[in-house]
Amino acid sequence: MAIRLRLDKPWQPLTPEQATRLPGQLGVYQIADANGTVLYIGHAGGRSPFGLRSELQREAKDRGPGCQFRVEVNMQYRTRWFELLMVHQADHGALPPDNAKNPPPLGRLSPA
Amino acid sequence: MDFEPNSEQQMLIDQVRRFVREEVIPLEAKLDPDASELPDEDFKRLTDKTKAMGLFGIDIPKEFGGPDIDIVTRVLLAIEMAQHRAGLYVPCYGTFGGAGLAQIFEANEDQKERYLYPTLRGEKKPFFGLTEPSGGSDPARAIQTKAERKDNGWVLNGAKLFISGADRAQYGIVFARTDASKGRNGITCFIIDSDTPGFHVRRVVHTLRSSSYATELEFKDCWVSDHQVLGEVNKGFAVANARLTRQRIPYAAGCIGVAIAAHEMAIEWAKMRSTFGEKLANRQAVQWMLVDNEIDIRTARHFTLEAAEKARRGLPFRIEASIAKLTASEGGGRVVDRSMQIHGGMGMTKDLPLERWYREMRIRRVGEGPSEVQRMVIAREILGSNLR
Repeated sequence: MAIRLRLDKPWQPLTPEQATRLPGQLGVYQIADANGTVLYIGHAGGRSPFGLRSELQREAKDRGPGCQFRVEVNMQYRTRWFELLMVHQADHGALPPDNAKNPPPLGRLSPA
Repeated sequence: MDFEPNSEQQMLIDQVRRFVREEVIPLEAKLDPDASELPDEDFKRLTDKTKAMGLFGIDIPKEFGGPDIDIVTRVLLAIEMAQHRAGLYVPCYGTFGGAGLAQIFEANEDQKERYLYPTLRGEKKPFFGLTEPSGGSDPARAIQTKAERKDNGWVLNGAKLFISGADRAQYGIVFARTDASKGRNGITCFIIDSDTPGFHVRRVVHTLRSSSYATELEFKDCWVSDHQVLGEVNKGFAVANARLTRQRIPYAAGCIGVAIAAHEMAIEWAKMRSTFGEKLANRQAVQWMLVDNEIDIRTARHFTLEAAEKARRGLPFRIEASIAKLTASEGGGRVVDRSMQIHGGMGMTKDLPLERWYREMRIRRVGEGPSEVQRMVIAREILGSNLR
Protein backbone atom coordinates (compact mmCIF):
# COMPACT_ATOMS: atom_id res chain seq x y z
CA MET A 1 0.00 0.00 0.00
CA ALA A 2 1.33 3.42 -0.96
CA ILE A 3 2.12 5.98 1.72
CA ARG A 4 -0.06 9.06 1.63
CA LEU A 5 0.94 11.67 -0.92
CA ARG A 6 0.15 14.94 0.79
CA LEU A 7 1.14 16.36 4.17
CA ASP A 8 -2.07 16.80 6.12
CA LYS A 9 -0.96 17.41 9.70
CA PRO A 10 -2.31 20.51 11.45
CA TRP A 11 -0.29 23.70 11.04
CA GLN A 12 1.73 25.05 13.96
CA PRO A 13 2.88 28.65 14.42
CA LEU A 14 6.41 29.14 13.12
CA THR A 15 8.21 30.54 16.15
CA PRO A 16 11.71 29.93 17.54
CA GLU A 17 10.11 28.28 20.58
CA GLN A 18 8.08 25.79 18.52
CA ALA A 19 11.07 25.03 16.30
CA THR A 20 13.25 24.31 19.33
CA ARG A 21 10.85 21.54 20.36
CA LEU A 22 11.26 19.66 17.06
CA PRO A 23 13.30 16.46 16.76
CA GLY A 24 16.81 16.59 15.35
CA GLN A 25 15.84 14.06 12.70
CA LEU A 26 15.85 14.20 8.92
CA GLY A 27 12.65 14.92 7.06
CA VAL A 28 10.53 17.34 5.07
CA TYR A 29 8.54 20.41 6.00
CA GLN A 30 6.13 22.97 4.64
CA ILE A 31 5.90 26.68 5.47
CA ALA A 32 2.58 28.49 4.97
CA ASP A 33 1.27 32.00 5.50
CA ALA A 34 -1.38 32.77 8.11
CA ASN A 35 -4.13 31.56 5.74
CA GLY A 36 -2.51 28.17 5.16
CA THR A 37 -1.24 28.94 1.66
CA VAL A 38 1.96 26.96 1.19
CA LEU A 39 4.92 29.27 0.61
CA TYR A 40 7.77 26.79 0.66
CA ILE A 41 8.49 23.07 0.81
CA GLY A 42 11.89 22.19 2.25
CA HIS A 43 13.86 19.30 3.64
CA ALA A 44 16.28 18.68 6.45
CA GLY A 45 19.05 16.60 4.89
CA GLY A 46 22.17 14.84 5.99
CA ARG A 47 24.13 18.10 6.27
CA SER A 48 21.63 19.79 8.61
CA PRO A 49 23.36 20.07 11.99
CA PHE A 50 20.19 19.28 13.97
CA GLY A 51 17.86 18.07 11.23
CA LEU A 52 14.32 19.49 11.22
CA ARG A 53 14.99 21.48 14.39
CA SER A 54 17.82 23.55 12.93
CA GLU A 55 16.07 23.99 9.56
CA LEU A 56 12.89 25.29 11.17
CA GLN A 57 14.86 27.47 13.62
CA ARG A 58 16.51 29.06 10.60
CA GLU A 59 13.16 29.48 8.83
CA ALA A 60 11.64 31.10 11.93
CA LYS A 61 14.54 33.52 12.20
CA ASP A 62 14.55 34.40 8.47
CA ARG A 63 10.79 34.75 8.04
CA GLY A 64 9.79 36.39 11.31
CA PRO A 65 6.29 36.11 12.79
CA GLY A 66 3.09 35.29 10.89
CA CYS A 67 3.96 31.97 9.27
CA GLN A 68 2.99 28.38 10.03
CA PHE A 69 4.74 25.07 9.52
CA ARG A 70 4.31 21.32 9.59
CA VAL A 71 6.93 18.56 9.39
CA GLU A 72 7.28 14.90 8.56
CA VAL A 73 10.21 12.87 9.87
CA ASN A 74 11.42 10.86 6.89
CA MET A 75 14.76 9.24 6.12
CA GLN A 76 13.88 9.40 2.42
CA TYR A 77 13.85 13.15 2.69
CA ARG A 78 15.05 13.80 -0.85
CA THR A 79 12.59 11.62 -2.74
CA ARG A 80 9.78 12.71 -0.41
CA TRP A 81 10.73 16.35 -1.02
CA PHE A 82 10.61 15.85 -4.80
CA GLU A 83 7.28 14.08 -4.41
CA LEU A 84 5.73 16.87 -2.35
CA LEU A 85 6.89 19.47 -4.87
CA MET A 86 5.47 17.53 -7.81
CA VAL A 87 2.18 16.88 -6.03
CA HIS A 88 1.90 20.59 -5.19
CA GLN A 89 2.57 21.43 -8.82
CA ALA A 90 -0.10 18.96 -9.95
CA ASP A 91 -2.63 20.27 -7.43
CA HIS A 92 -2.02 24.01 -7.90
CA GLY A 93 -0.49 24.31 -11.37
CA ALA A 94 2.67 25.89 -9.96
CA LEU A 95 5.33 25.42 -7.32
CA PRO A 96 5.08 27.24 -3.97
CA PRO A 97 6.35 30.80 -4.55
CA ASP A 98 9.59 30.42 -2.60
CA ASN A 99 10.47 27.16 -4.40
CA ALA A 100 9.66 28.73 -7.77
CA LYS A 101 12.50 31.23 -7.28
CA ASN A 102 15.07 28.46 -7.57
CA PRO A 103 13.27 25.34 -8.75
CA PRO A 104 15.01 21.97 -8.61
CA PRO A 105 14.78 19.69 -11.67
CA LEU A 106 11.36 18.11 -11.41
CA GLY A 107 9.22 15.66 -13.33
CA ARG A 108 5.46 15.52 -13.80
CA LEU A 109 3.07 13.56 -11.63
CA SER A 110 -0.62 13.12 -12.24
CA PRO A 111 -1.79 11.64 -8.95
CA ALA A 112 -4.98 9.62 -9.20
CA MET B 1 42.31 -15.02 -20.56
CA ASP B 2 44.58 -12.18 -19.49
CA PHE B 3 42.66 -9.45 -17.71
CA GLU B 4 45.56 -7.11 -17.04
CA PRO B 5 44.79 -3.78 -18.73
CA ASN B 6 46.93 -3.00 -21.76
CA SER B 7 48.80 0.31 -21.92
CA GLU B 8 45.97 2.14 -23.69
CA GLN B 9 43.41 0.87 -21.19
CA GLN B 10 45.68 1.78 -18.29
CA MET B 11 46.03 5.31 -19.63
CA LEU B 12 42.25 5.67 -19.77
CA ILE B 13 41.87 4.16 -16.29
CA ASP B 14 44.39 6.64 -14.88
CA GLN B 15 42.61 9.51 -16.61
CA VAL B 16 39.19 8.55 -15.21
CA ARG B 17 40.63 7.81 -11.75
CA ARG B 18 42.14 11.30 -11.63
CA PHE B 19 38.85 12.78 -12.79
CA VAL B 20 36.93 11.01 -10.01
CA ARG B 21 39.43 11.90 -7.29
CA GLU B 22 40.22 15.47 -8.32
CA GLU B 23 36.92 16.65 -9.81
CA VAL B 24 34.02 14.57 -8.49
CA ILE B 25 34.86 13.67 -4.89
CA PRO B 26 35.72 17.26 -3.84
CA LEU B 27 32.30 18.43 -5.07
CA GLU B 28 30.54 15.79 -2.98
CA ALA B 29 31.83 17.35 0.21
CA LYS B 30 29.42 20.23 -0.42
CA LEU B 31 26.42 18.23 -1.64
CA ASP B 32 23.67 16.58 0.37
CA PRO B 33 24.87 13.04 1.15
CA ASP B 34 21.96 11.63 -0.83
CA ALA B 35 22.32 13.96 -3.80
CA SER B 36 22.20 12.48 -7.27
CA GLU B 37 22.69 15.66 -9.30
CA LEU B 38 25.36 18.32 -9.56
CA PRO B 39 24.59 22.04 -9.70
CA ASP B 40 24.25 23.11 -13.36
CA GLU B 41 27.54 25.03 -13.48
CA ASP B 42 29.53 22.09 -12.07
CA PHE B 43 27.79 19.64 -14.39
CA LYS B 44 28.69 21.75 -17.41
CA ARG B 45 32.28 22.24 -16.29
CA LEU B 46 32.80 18.51 -15.74
CA THR B 47 31.03 17.59 -18.97
CA ASP B 48 33.39 19.91 -20.84
CA LYS B 49 36.26 17.98 -19.26
CA THR B 50 34.94 14.55 -20.31
CA LYS B 51 34.47 15.92 -23.83
CA ALA B 52 38.07 17.14 -23.80
CA MET B 53 39.11 13.65 -22.62
CA GLY B 54 37.31 12.19 -25.66
CA LEU B 55 35.11 10.05 -23.43
CA PHE B 56 31.79 11.88 -23.59
CA GLY B 57 28.94 9.69 -24.82
CA ILE B 58 30.95 6.68 -23.73
CA ASP B 59 28.13 4.21 -24.41
CA ILE B 60 27.24 5.52 -27.85
CA PRO B 61 28.33 3.14 -30.63
CA LYS B 62 31.09 4.44 -32.90
CA GLU B 63 28.80 4.55 -35.96
CA PHE B 64 26.58 7.01 -34.10
CA GLY B 65 29.46 9.26 -33.07
CA GLY B 66 30.58 7.58 -29.83
CA PRO B 67 34.22 7.24 -28.74
CA ASP B 68 34.58 3.57 -29.79
CA ILE B 69 35.20 2.00 -26.40
CA ASP B 70 35.02 -1.80 -26.36
CA ILE B 71 33.07 -3.51 -23.60
CA VAL B 72 36.15 -4.73 -21.69
CA THR B 73 37.56 -1.21 -21.53
CA ARG B 74 34.08 0.04 -20.67
CA VAL B 75 34.00 -2.31 -17.67
CA LEU B 76 37.43 -1.17 -16.50
CA LEU B 77 36.28 2.46 -16.71
CA ALA B 78 32.93 1.71 -15.06
CA ILE B 79 34.83 0.28 -12.08
CA GLU B 80 36.69 3.60 -11.77
CA MET B 81 33.64 5.81 -12.37
CA ALA B 82 31.72 4.25 -9.49
CA GLN B 83 34.31 5.04 -6.82
CA HIS B 84 32.56 7.96 -5.13
CA ARG B 85 29.52 8.50 -2.94
CA ALA B 86 26.89 8.63 -5.70
CA GLY B 87 28.87 6.32 -7.95
CA LEU B 88 26.77 3.18 -7.79
CA TYR B 89 23.69 4.63 -9.48
CA VAL B 90 24.98 7.94 -10.83
CA PRO B 91 28.60 7.35 -11.82
CA CYS B 92 30.30 10.74 -12.07
CA TYR B 93 26.81 12.31 -11.98
CA GLY B 94 26.25 11.50 -15.64
CA THR B 95 29.03 13.75 -16.88
CA PHE B 96 30.21 11.05 -19.31
CA GLY B 97 26.85 11.38 -21.11
CA GLY B 98 24.26 8.76 -21.85
CA ALA B 99 23.35 6.70 -24.85
CA GLY B 100 19.67 6.22 -24.11
CA LEU B 101 18.20 2.75 -24.17
CA ALA B 102 19.94 0.00 -26.09
CA GLN B 103 16.68 -1.08 -27.79
CA ILE B 104 16.22 2.24 -29.53
CA PHE B 105 19.27 1.53 -31.68
CA GLU B 106 17.13 -1.26 -33.21
CA ALA B 107 14.44 1.22 -34.23
CA ASN B 108 13.50 1.90 -37.86
CA GLU B 109 14.77 5.06 -39.56
CA ASP B 110 11.65 7.09 -38.83
CA GLN B 111 11.83 6.16 -35.13
CA LYS B 112 15.56 6.89 -35.02
CA GLU B 113 14.88 10.39 -36.35
CA ARG B 114 12.15 10.98 -33.78
CA TYR B 115 13.76 9.32 -30.75
CA LEU B 116 17.34 8.04 -31.08
CA TYR B 117 19.05 11.10 -32.53
CA PRO B 118 17.33 13.60 -30.20
CA THR B 119 18.35 11.33 -27.30
CA LEU B 120 21.97 11.26 -28.42
CA ARG B 121 21.88 15.06 -28.74
CA GLY B 122 20.59 15.26 -25.16
CA GLU B 123 17.23 16.70 -26.24
CA LYS B 124 15.10 13.77 -25.10
CA LYS B 125 15.22 11.38 -22.18
CA PRO B 126 13.70 7.90 -22.24
CA PHE B 127 12.35 5.49 -19.63
CA PHE B 128 12.21 1.69 -19.73
CA GLY B 129 8.79 0.26 -18.85
CA LEU B 130 8.97 -3.47 -18.27
CA THR B 131 8.23 -4.36 -14.61
CA GLU B 132 4.62 -4.45 -13.44
CA PRO B 133 2.90 -4.73 -10.05
CA SER B 134 2.43 -8.41 -10.92
CA GLY B 135 6.22 -8.95 -10.94
CA GLY B 136 9.45 -8.15 -12.67
CA SER B 137 11.62 -11.27 -12.44
CA ASP B 138 9.54 -13.17 -14.95
CA PRO B 139 8.27 -10.48 -17.29
CA ALA B 140 7.27 -12.90 -20.04
CA ARG B 141 4.57 -14.30 -17.78
CA ALA B 142 3.97 -11.35 -15.46
CA ILE B 143 3.13 -8.68 -18.03
CA GLN B 144 -0.58 -7.89 -17.76
CA THR B 145 -0.60 -4.55 -19.55
CA LYS B 146 -2.64 -5.17 -22.69
CA ALA B 147 -2.44 -3.58 -26.10
CA GLU B 148 -5.50 -4.19 -28.27
CA ARG B 149 -5.99 -3.35 -31.95
CA LYS B 150 -8.11 -0.27 -32.59
CA ASP B 151 -8.34 2.37 -35.34
CA ASN B 152 -5.12 1.37 -37.16
CA GLY B 153 -3.22 1.38 -33.90
CA TRP B 154 -3.16 0.00 -30.40
CA VAL B 155 -4.91 0.85 -27.15
CA LEU B 156 -2.87 0.21 -24.01
CA ASN B 157 -4.38 -0.45 -20.59
CA GLY B 158 -2.44 -1.47 -17.49
CA ALA B 159 0.23 -0.42 -15.03
CA LYS B 160 4.00 -0.45 -14.61
CA LEU B 161 5.95 -0.28 -11.36
CA PHE B 162 9.51 0.66 -10.31
CA ILE B 163 10.05 2.70 -13.48
CA SER B 164 12.95 5.14 -13.13
CA GLY B 165 12.83 8.55 -14.74
CA ALA B 166 9.36 8.27 -16.29
CA ASP B 167 8.25 11.57 -14.78
CA ARG B 168 11.09 13.45 -16.48
CA ALA B 169 11.23 11.50 -19.74
CA GLN B 170 9.87 12.61 -23.08
CA TYR B 171 9.22 9.04 -24.20
CA GLY B 172 9.56 5.47 -23.02
CA ILE B 173 9.81 1.92 -24.24
CA VAL B 174 6.84 -0.02 -22.91
CA PHE B 175 6.13 -3.74 -23.14
CA ALA B 176 2.54 -4.90 -23.45
CA ARG B 177 0.74 -8.14 -24.13
CA THR B 178 -0.68 -8.22 -27.65
CA ASP B 179 -1.64 -11.90 -27.74
CA ALA B 180 -2.73 -13.51 -24.49
CA SER B 181 -2.51 -17.02 -25.93
CA LYS B 182 1.18 -16.91 -26.88
CA GLY B 183 3.06 -16.37 -23.60
CA ARG B 184 6.45 -14.79 -24.22
CA ASN B 185 5.67 -14.70 -27.95
CA GLY B 186 2.68 -12.47 -27.35
CA ILE B 187 4.50 -9.37 -26.09
CA THR B 188 5.14 -6.27 -28.16
CA CYS B 189 7.41 -3.32 -27.50
CA PHE B 190 5.94 0.17 -27.99
CA ILE B 191 7.49 3.64 -27.96
CA ILE B 192 5.19 5.89 -25.94
CA ASP B 193 5.49 9.68 -25.91
CA SER B 194 4.93 10.85 -22.36
CA ASP B 195 2.39 13.46 -23.53
CA THR B 196 0.18 10.78 -25.09
CA PRO B 197 -3.38 11.01 -23.68
CA GLY B 198 -3.97 8.13 -21.29
CA PHE B 199 -0.37 7.95 -20.09
CA HIS B 200 -0.03 8.85 -16.40
CA VAL B 201 2.81 8.90 -13.87
CA ARG B 202 0.70 8.15 -10.83
CA ARG B 203 3.12 8.24 -7.92
CA VAL B 204 6.65 8.20 -6.62
CA VAL B 205 7.83 4.86 -5.24
CA HIS B 206 10.19 5.42 -2.33
CA THR B 207 12.90 2.82 -1.83
CA LEU B 208 16.18 2.32 0.03
CA ARG B 209 17.71 4.38 -2.73
CA SER B 210 16.67 7.67 -1.22
CA SER B 211 18.72 9.78 -3.63
CA SER B 212 16.38 8.96 -6.46
CA TYR B 213 12.96 7.44 -6.89
CA ALA B 214 11.07 5.07 -9.08
CA THR B 215 7.52 5.70 -10.31
CA GLU B 216 4.28 3.87 -10.91
CA LEU B 217 2.67 4.32 -14.32
CA GLU B 218 -0.86 3.86 -15.53
CA PHE B 219 -2.04 3.40 -19.10
CA LYS B 220 -5.72 4.19 -19.44
CA ASP B 221 -7.08 3.80 -22.97
CA CYS B 222 -3.74 5.07 -24.22
CA TRP B 223 -3.89 4.94 -28.05
CA VAL B 224 -0.76 4.82 -30.19
CA SER B 225 -0.36 4.30 -33.92
CA ASP B 226 1.41 1.40 -35.62
CA HIS B 227 4.38 3.73 -36.11
CA GLN B 228 5.08 3.37 -32.38
CA VAL B 229 5.76 -0.38 -32.50
CA LEU B 230 9.47 -1.02 -31.89
CA GLY B 231 10.57 -4.09 -33.80
CA GLU B 232 7.85 -6.58 -34.67
CA VAL B 233 4.47 -7.28 -33.14
CA ASN B 234 4.66 -10.17 -30.63
CA LYS B 235 8.46 -10.13 -30.65
CA GLY B 236 8.97 -7.59 -27.91
CA PHE B 237 10.33 -9.99 -25.35
CA ALA B 238 13.42 -10.69 -27.41
CA VAL B 239 14.08 -6.93 -27.43
CA ALA B 240 13.81 -6.80 -23.62
CA ASN B 241 15.87 -9.90 -23.02
CA ALA B 242 18.82 -8.86 -25.17
CA ARG B 243 19.15 -5.70 -23.14
CA LEU B 244 18.80 -7.39 -19.79
CA THR B 245 21.59 -9.88 -20.46
CA ARG B 246 24.11 -7.35 -21.75
CA GLN B 247 23.24 -4.81 -19.09
CA ARG B 248 24.35 -7.19 -16.34
CA ILE B 249 28.03 -6.66 -17.17
CA PRO B 250 28.36 -2.90 -16.51
CA TYR B 251 25.90 -3.34 -13.64
CA ALA B 252 28.39 -5.74 -12.05
CA ALA B 253 31.25 -3.32 -12.73
CA GLY B 254 29.55 -0.57 -10.73
CA CYS B 255 29.27 -2.89 -7.73
CA ILE B 256 32.98 -3.70 -7.98
CA GLY B 257 33.91 0.00 -8.08
CA VAL B 258 32.00 0.76 -4.91
CA ALA B 259 33.40 -2.35 -3.22
CA ILE B 260 36.94 -1.21 -4.03
CA ALA B 261 36.25 2.26 -2.63
CA ALA B 262 34.76 0.82 0.58
CA HIS B 263 37.64 -1.64 0.94
CA GLU B 264 40.25 1.10 0.53
CA MET B 265 38.52 3.15 3.21
CA ALA B 266 38.48 0.14 5.54
CA ILE B 267 42.20 -0.52 5.01
CA GLU B 268 43.07 3.10 5.70
CA TRP B 269 40.89 3.16 8.82
CA ALA B 270 42.27 -0.13 10.12
CA LYS B 271 45.82 1.22 9.86
CA MET B 272 44.91 4.41 11.66
CA ARG B 273 42.42 3.40 14.36
CA SER B 274 43.58 1.92 17.69
CA THR B 275 41.50 0.02 20.23
CA PHE B 276 42.77 -1.38 23.51
CA GLY B 277 46.28 -0.21 22.66
CA GLU B 278 46.51 -1.89 19.27
CA LYS B 279 45.87 -0.83 15.70
CA LEU B 280 42.81 -2.50 14.15
CA ALA B 281 45.07 -3.62 11.31
CA ASN B 282 47.03 -5.78 13.76
CA ARG B 283 43.96 -7.68 14.92
CA GLN B 284 43.28 -10.95 13.19
CA ALA B 285 39.50 -10.45 13.22
CA VAL B 286 39.93 -7.27 11.17
CA GLN B 287 42.64 -8.74 8.96
CA TRP B 288 40.33 -11.59 8.00
CA MET B 289 37.54 -9.20 7.13
CA LEU B 290 39.94 -7.33 4.87
CA VAL B 291 41.13 -10.58 3.32
CA ASP B 292 37.54 -11.62 2.62
CA ASN B 293 36.94 -8.20 1.03
CA GLU B 294 39.94 -8.70 -1.21
CA ILE B 295 38.74 -12.15 -2.28
CA ASP B 296 35.21 -10.93 -3.01
CA ILE B 297 36.53 -8.05 -5.11
CA ARG B 298 39.01 -10.16 -7.06
CA THR B 299 36.40 -12.86 -7.71
CA ALA B 300 33.83 -10.38 -8.98
CA ARG B 301 36.41 -8.54 -11.09
CA HIS B 302 37.60 -11.76 -12.71
CA PHE B 303 34.10 -12.97 -13.61
CA THR B 304 32.97 -9.58 -14.84
CA LEU B 305 35.97 -9.15 -17.11
CA GLU B 306 35.50 -12.72 -18.35
CA ALA B 307 31.89 -11.92 -19.30
CA ALA B 308 32.98 -8.69 -20.98
CA GLU B 309 35.75 -10.43 -22.92
CA LYS B 310 33.34 -13.08 -24.22
CA ALA B 311 30.88 -10.38 -25.24
CA ARG B 312 33.70 -8.47 -26.96
CA ARG B 313 34.68 -11.57 -28.93
CA GLY B 314 31.08 -12.18 -30.00
CA LEU B 315 30.88 -15.43 -28.03
CA PRO B 316 27.83 -16.50 -25.99
CA PHE B 317 28.05 -14.80 -22.61
CA ARG B 318 24.70 -15.36 -20.90
CA ILE B 319 26.08 -17.62 -18.14
CA GLU B 320 29.13 -15.41 -17.64
CA ALA B 321 26.96 -12.28 -17.38
CA SER B 322 24.83 -13.96 -14.72
CA ILE B 323 27.87 -15.12 -12.74
CA ALA B 324 29.34 -11.62 -12.96
CA LYS B 325 26.14 -9.95 -11.80
CA LEU B 326 25.72 -12.46 -8.99
CA THR B 327 29.27 -12.34 -7.63
CA ALA B 328 29.58 -8.57 -7.93
CA SER B 329 26.25 -7.67 -6.32
CA GLU B 330 26.46 -10.23 -3.52
CA GLY B 331 30.22 -9.86 -2.96
CA GLY B 332 30.00 -6.07 -3.18
CA GLY B 333 27.32 -6.07 -0.51
CA ARG B 334 29.49 -8.16 1.78
CA VAL B 335 32.48 -5.87 1.23
CA VAL B 336 30.50 -2.75 2.13
CA ASP B 337 29.02 -4.51 5.17
CA ARG B 338 32.46 -5.58 6.47
CA SER B 339 33.90 -2.14 5.79
CA MET B 340 31.13 -0.59 7.88
CA GLN B 341 31.85 -3.06 10.67
CA ILE B 342 35.54 -2.09 10.66
CA HIS B 343 34.57 1.58 10.85
CA GLY B 344 32.30 0.98 13.85
CA GLY B 345 29.88 3.79 14.67
CA MET B 346 31.36 6.13 12.07
CA GLY B 347 30.44 3.61 9.40
CA MET B 348 26.76 4.08 10.16
CA THR B 349 26.75 7.86 9.73
CA LYS B 350 26.00 10.05 6.75
CA ASP B 351 29.42 11.62 7.30
CA LEU B 352 30.84 8.72 5.30
CA PRO B 353 29.52 7.24 2.04
CA LEU B 354 29.36 3.71 3.45
CA GLU B 355 25.77 3.92 4.66
CA ARG B 356 24.56 5.11 1.22
CA TRP B 357 26.50 2.32 -0.50
CA TYR B 358 25.06 -0.19 1.98
CA ARG B 359 21.48 0.81 1.14
CA GLU B 360 22.05 1.08 -2.58
CA MET B 361 24.11 -2.09 -2.84
CA ARG B 362 21.23 -4.02 -1.29
CA ILE B 363 19.07 -3.07 -4.26
CA ARG B 364 21.66 -4.50 -6.64
CA ARG B 365 20.83 -8.03 -5.50
CA VAL B 366 17.34 -7.48 -6.90
CA GLY B 367 17.77 -5.02 -9.79
CA GLU B 368 18.56 -6.29 -13.32
CA GLY B 369 17.38 -9.76 -12.30
CA PRO B 370 17.60 -10.95 -8.69
CA SER B 371 20.27 -13.36 -7.46
CA GLU B 372 17.81 -16.24 -7.63
CA VAL B 373 17.05 -15.59 -11.30
CA GLN B 374 20.78 -15.42 -12.06
CA ARG B 375 21.17 -18.82 -10.39
CA MET B 376 18.25 -20.15 -12.47
CA VAL B 377 19.92 -18.92 -15.65
CA ILE B 378 23.18 -20.57 -14.66
CA ALA B 379 21.40 -23.81 -13.68
CA ARG B 380 19.62 -23.94 -17.03
CA GLU B 381 22.89 -23.54 -18.86
CA ILE B 382 24.57 -26.23 -16.76
CA LEU B 383 21.73 -28.73 -16.77
CA GLY B 384 20.34 -28.18 -20.22
CA SER B 385 17.09 -27.13 -21.75
CA ASN B 386 14.89 -29.59 -19.82
CA LEU B 387 14.75 -27.04 -16.98
CA ARG B 388 13.25 -24.30 -19.16
